[in-house]
Amino acid sequence: MLALKKKREAATAAKAAAAGRREEPETIAAKGDVSDPRVVSLFGIGGEKKSKNGEGKTAKKRTPGEIRIQKDIAELDGGDVANISFPNPNDLTTFAVSVSPDTGYWTGATYHFTLTIPPHYPHSPPKVECQTKIYHPNIDLQGKVCLNILRQDWKPVLDINAVIYGLLYLFYEPNPDDPLNKEAAELFRKDASGFGRLVTRTLRGGMLDGVQFERFV
Amino acid sequence: MDTMPEKKRSRDDMIDETKETGESMDIDFSDGGARRDLMTLLSRASPFGNENGELPIGEFEPLSKIGSNVVASDLAESPLSKAKVLVVGAGGLGCELLKNLALSGISNIHVIDLDNIDITNLNRQFLFRMKDVGKSKAEVAANFINTRCPWMKVTPYHGKIQDKGPSFYASFNCIISGLDNIEARRWLNATVCGLVELDSDGDPDPSTIIPIVDGGTEGFNGQARIIIPRISSCFECSLSAFPPQTSFPLCTIAETPRRPEHCIAYAFILQWPKEFPDKKLDKDSPEDMQWVYECAAERAKKYNIEGVTLMMTMGVVKNIIPAVASTNAIVSAACTNEVVKLLSFCSQTLNSYMMYMGTQSVYSHTFIYEKLEACPVCSSQVQKLTVSKSMTVNGLIQQLCSGDLRLKAPSMTSAGGSTIYMQKPPALEKATRPNLDKPLSALIESGEELTVTDPVLEHVSVTVRVTFE
Repeated sequence: MLALKKKREAATAAKAAAAGRREEPETIAAKGDVSDPRVVSLFGIGGEKKSKNGEGKTAKKRTPGEIRIQKDIAELDGGDVANISFPNPNDLTTFAVSVSPDTGYWTGATYHFTLTIPPHYPHSPPKVECQTKIYHPNIDLQGKVCLNILRQDWKPVLDINAVIYGLLYLFYEPNPDDPLNKEAAELFRKDASGFGRLVTRTLRGGMLDGVQFERFV
Repeated sequence: MDTMPEKKRSRDDMIDETKETGESMDIDFSDGGARRDLMTLLSRASPFGNENGELPIGEFEPLSKIGSNVVASDLAESPLSKAKVLVVGAGGLGCELLKNLALSGISNIHVIDLDNIDITNLNRQFLFRMKDVGKSKAEVAANFINTRCPWMKVTPYHGKIQDKGPSFYASFNCIISGLDNIEARRWLNATVCGLVELDSDGDPDPSTIIPIVDGGTEGFNGQARIIIPRISSCFECSLSAFPPQTSFPLCTIAETPRRPEHCIAYAFILQWPKEFPDKKLDKDSPEDMQWVYECAAERAKKYNIEGVTLMMTMGVVKNIIPAVASTNAIVSAACTNEVVKLLSFCSQTLNSYMMYMGTQSVYSHTFIYEKLEACPVCSSQVQKLTVSKSMTVNGLIQQLCSGDLRLKAPSMTSAGGSTIYMQKPPALEKATRPNLDKPLSALIESGEELTVTDPVLEHVSVTVRVTFE
């Protein structure tokens, strides 16, 4: 920083010399306005008053979180399986992801997830909720999703793409060891084909334990 | 706490009395004699002047009078007396900082804190008394220091740091932070780093650089670090070094709790929104916390888990870490020393991070926290562009691609909050496509900043400040 100050000093001196005036750089011991410490600039050595300063200080700025969100979103790639849409293009923190798995138990159906990016992203993970009723070991009937990277395994180096891939993975490889829907997990573990039949029943618009599922096939 | 104390002459009474009589019961620090050591420090030439250090900020100019000849009026001339300093936070670190700064001759201090005094603060936040519980921390702290130290002028602000604009922060020579959370530090860092103006060479203008001294403590550990915006690493550079916040897997909380913390998490994460779907949990409300505790206790009973107490509930929900008074003392002392050096250049600046570890024996480690090449806050490029009013969004994109940035597929948003154009995902591209043919001047104001991201830029974004001719 000292080098920068010297550069400024030299530039000011050169300018003043060119203008044919002799200018005294302000020093720390400068007398005068004790009431306005900024005049006794402890860091800048005199020189031109920046008229643009007002602009820079009052102009709005994007927060680092918002910049990171923009970066992540501009690289989103769900492929054919995940369709990403923004209800409000000016609000990049809330969007919808529709997953239509092409293999696995839930083939043929479409599940809508809402993603909300919290203000402290990437320090905090995105929040994900499933809006479509689904019979799945890791997604409960209220729409809560149990995915490790959404909570205890979240790292700032992960991004929204990683979250979407994680979601897709749930459809291809459900995890019975850490279930949100205990019965579904038990069934999946003990009797995979029975589980498959039950899922297909829900995809056909059936009812299960008093819960009505949407018909997809 | 419940019985009325006998009327003893407390120190506060004595201060009130001296106010009436006009006598000061304490040493009159405006007498140069009492500040002899400080003045000697500032007036003796030293081989360790700031300019000789690894992170030179300024050149040490010893005061013209030698310590023992100093008179009161000389004090007013010292850079410490003339500086205007902001202390962020008037809690554990803040109280210690105010005390240290006051005794170091830094008289013009502003202090900001949003909190009120709680009884649990009194074990270490020594500027507060029982009678102050419930009052604003910043105001009570300022009042105490101003009364105890007649040469001081501490101005309090009771509110959030986010409620103050950039021009407020720009008015200080140095900012010291005694914050207790990452998010506030992040905001402060971004705001102060955002004050730095770059000149036509792309170099920062030193008169817009305001150093931040950041202190933090947690139990027996703590750190003090220096942030010189754009020169040294900033807070954002180190963001990934923080351990992730403890959170339990949802499935463990919902189905297989094993520890009392899981039961508490169940109560406030899953049960509360079910019982009170429209009400957000107020972590400072004793009634809300009691509900969470009772719900957690019920669940613990069901799963035969022991250990749920009201204290633990508060700890888990509010993420409380026990505070140790002396850790605060150590860290704030390090911070104050840095401030003295930064303002007077009498010695060399910390470069740039000191860790203090007191859990196993006593260790400290000082190292340079390296600047992150791709830090969005302190390494971002700012380009200034002047364009005609009729320039379209697409025209700007072409210019950015053909210019020296050599972008491939830029996406951009405006500082005002509108999405100008996004290349992906397909639905968003379609939604913002109509903007391509619109004139920029219809979407943003002259002087407004655009945040531009591009695959070519890897982790960094570019800020483009557009002025219309």
